[in-house]
Amino acid sequence: MNNTMEVVESHHTDEGAKLGMWLFLFTELLLFGGMFILYSIYRAKHSQEFFLAASELNTFIGTFNTLVLLTSSLTVALSIEAYRRAHKKAAIWLLIATILMGLTFMVNKYIEWTAKIHHGIYPGSAELLSMSDGEMLFFNLYYVMTGLHGLHVVIGVGVLSFMLYFISKKPPEGEKFDKSAAIKLENSGLYWHLVDIIWIFLFPLFYLIS
Amino acid sequence: MSEHESEHLLGYGIFMVVWLALIVLTGLTVVVAGVDLKAMTVTTALLIASIKTILVLMYFMHLKYEPKFFRIMVIIVVIALVTFIFITFLDVFFR
Amino acid sequence: MLNHAVAGAGYVDENYLEYQGKHKGILGWLLTTDHKRIGLLYMWSILSVFLVAVGIGFVMRLEQLTMGETVVDAQTYNSLFTLHGIIMVFMFIIPGIPAVFGNFIMPIQIGARDVYFPRINLLSWYCWLAGAVLAVIAVFAGSGSPDTGWTFYAPFSSRTGTNVVLALFAAFILGFSSILTGLNFVTTVHRMRAPGMTWFRLPLFVWGLYATAWIQILATPIVGITLLMVVAERVFNVGIFDAAKGGDPILYQHLFWIYSHPAVYIMILPGMGVISDIIPTFAKRTIFGYKAIAYSSLAIAISGSLVWGHHMFVSGQSYLVGVIFSAITFLVAIPSAIKVFNWVATLYKGSIDPQPPLLYSLTFIFLFMIGGFTGVMNGVLNVNVHVHDTYFVVAHFHYVMFGGTGFALFAAMHYWFPKMFGRIFNKKIAHIALAIMFVGFNMLYFTMLTMGYQGMPRRYYDHLPQFHTSHVVATVGSWVLIAGLLLMFWNLFRSIKKGEKVGDNPWGGATLEWQIPSPPPHENFEKIPYVDHEPYEFQKVEAGT
Repeated sequence: MNNTMEVVESHHTDEGAKLGMWLFLFTELLLFGGMFILYSIYRAKHSQEFFLAASELNTFIGTFNTLVLLTSSLTVALSIEAYRRAHKKAAIWLLIATILMGLTFMVNKYIEWTAKIHHGIYPGSAELLSMSDGEMLFFNLYYVMTGLHGLHVVIGVGVLSFMLYFISKKPPEGEKFDKSAAIKLENSGLYWHLVDIIWIFLFPLFYLIS
Repeated sequence: MSEHESEHLLGYGIFMVVWLALIVLTGLTVVVAGVDLKAMTVTTALLIASIKTILVLMYFMHLKYEPKFFRIMVIIVVIALVTFIFITFLDVFFR
Repeated sequence: MLNHAVAGAGYVDENYLEYQGKHKGILGWLLTTDHKRIGLLYMWSILSVFLVAVGIGFVMRLEQLTMGETVVDAQTYNSLFTLHGIIMVFMFIIPGIPAVFGNFIMPIQIGARDVYFPRINLLSWYCWLAGAVLAVIAVFAGSGSPDTGWTFYAPFSSRTGTNVVLALFAAFILGFSSILTGLNFVTTVHRMRAPGMTWFRLPLFVWGLYATAWIQILATPIVGITLLMVVAERVFNVGIFDAAKGGDPILYQHLFWIYSHPAVYIMILPGMGVISDIIPTFAKRTIFGYKAIAYSSLAIAISGSLVWGHHMFVSGQSYLVGVIFSAITFLVAIPSAIKVFNWVATLYKGSIDPQPPLLYSLTFIFLFMIGGFTGVMNGVLNVNVHVHDTYFVVAHFHYVMFGGTGFALFAAMHYWFPKMFGRIFNKKIAHIALAIMFVGFNMLYFTMLTMGYQGMPRRYYDHLPQFHTSHVVATVGSWVLIAGLLLMFWNLFRSIKKGEKVGDNPWGGATLEWQIPSPPPHENFEKIPYVDHEPYEFQKVEAGT
């Protein structure tokens, strides 16, 4: 093995960081996947009671939140596009818009949850424990799944806010944009889109079954 | 070659079109939910959600323009999940 | 991240142990991003907890030396086997070979200078540490050490008063460490192979690690969410698995085993990879059936993900699904058998060099086969009804996890220590320790096979008179085993500073790690090699090309 050619060692390209991010997204898909397994079994077992319980949820807020997240996916995708075209100002504003929509989502979630809790419907409450099995399961799953999803929205908002810092920096001499910042922004965008995808499934499964 | 792919700029236009499609599909799923489809309710909801997801994956997440390996992996993850659900169903509903 | 426009620019040929980089002294270890140092950090921490868990096993066996209460009461015994399982499974075996030898050796074997994400590599070790610390706190904090067994079955895990939440968070963080390692390894193998290193020129150790990494990525999150849900049950009264709240406790078992069965393949595949590397070196022949072994790793990963219900035959799950799981369980044995056949075929007419790594590997094959056979036996539905939750199962998994992965780890230590430290241990002592361990191991675990078959239940702190003799034999066996273990470790650790020095290639291996100095330089290679041949081509190595 002394047959060593002069080898030019390459830079880490963005392909590797992207691969790493996708692998991480697979773990997130399976994390929520575990709960979808539970949801599908319990729904099939208690379909009538799920229908009943779902009517307690506010379809309007759910739909509104869906539109908010979908639009935030658009703005983050546009932000990346803008940054790569060196439209830095547009990129920053689009990213801010994404963050604001994420926060809007959380505000809506807060409103929904507090309303429910105010009505005595929360895990372990007397009201909940007096319901049928299927209804209890529906609400327990609702809280756990939307709760975990909400946590991911908050994390996503945090990550995207960090990205504001990176893309506001001056690009290196002679470059149109900072490549490593672009990679970070893209990977953050991927995370954000995943959060959107999970909601795309949560929405009909919780809000649209009545 | 890989540098080229990763810098593939889609153009603002495509994103707007995809977004529009997503909004329309959301509207569709809400409307369809009001119609009693009995056994097909879940299937229809999941179908529309899947189409929306595929749009987000392929365009917003650039999956259409990534190496084939990425698409294969996403499919494998989906198959894994579906298999787990299926086999668990075989337990719960055949006891 | 190393950006060299020309190979070798800035090359440092100090070895990695002496290298003084940005951080000096202890910080040079605690803040290192060198995969070799991280491998060692893992090694010291993992072996430490291993010895603690062995100690716990020692006490458990001591309890069974006499009937009635011997040294601990029933509640303590429950906490002991819980902790023994948590440490061994989550802190020792699952990280084990990948975190230590995967980290140290794999990048060198593919001709890289490090893994793709060196800082995430360090983070994975800190996650491991955090999980370990949480586990320690769970043992000693107010409400008492967890007593659920490492399996945390619902509904007991939601109802028992002990420190379950802490233990669950510990397991969750340890799972995160595992995911980060898997993610790093997949990216590294995809993106950092040296020029000419095609997929089918990878050493089989790398194939084993690669298949393992995928399971780590895909399966771990599912147990992650399951454990989180038990936390939610305890803290927020969410009744997902609680029958009183409409839930189904068997669904907990499904979700738990959907991970924990593939987890045992996370445990064994790297070990098999080690054996696949060692055997060619000491038969001085290329491996028989390279592609079959490579593909069998993938086959084990995939088919092994479809058998989880074989842990649940008597749980109340449907008969239909029991039959399906049983059938697929038989199938999983096939790719494992293919490996065994190919290892043996490699030895046939080879130039056998009976060095410690080879003898430990042969012991692996023997013990793993017993484990594998008893696994298939467990997979037979009507046999399982009889042996579920008995010592038969306990013996089975100790044969595969300890006799298998454990001995593969020992083989790896004997194989790669000379590379890692540039010094060799005493070979005679290595052989003697192996012999002692072999005797002790079988005294301990073969007895358990018969005991279990005769009906001795597991996780009981006491036993009926008809099992007494077996228990005494097993306990004495545990003492012999531990003696051998300690002798082996003493021999190995002593060699790190006091062993006779060795050169680049004391065993005559053909893979890339044997073409660089022992201990390796900080950046592994002066020039990244160009790879133009299969991994185990001994003629080329001997000819000096």
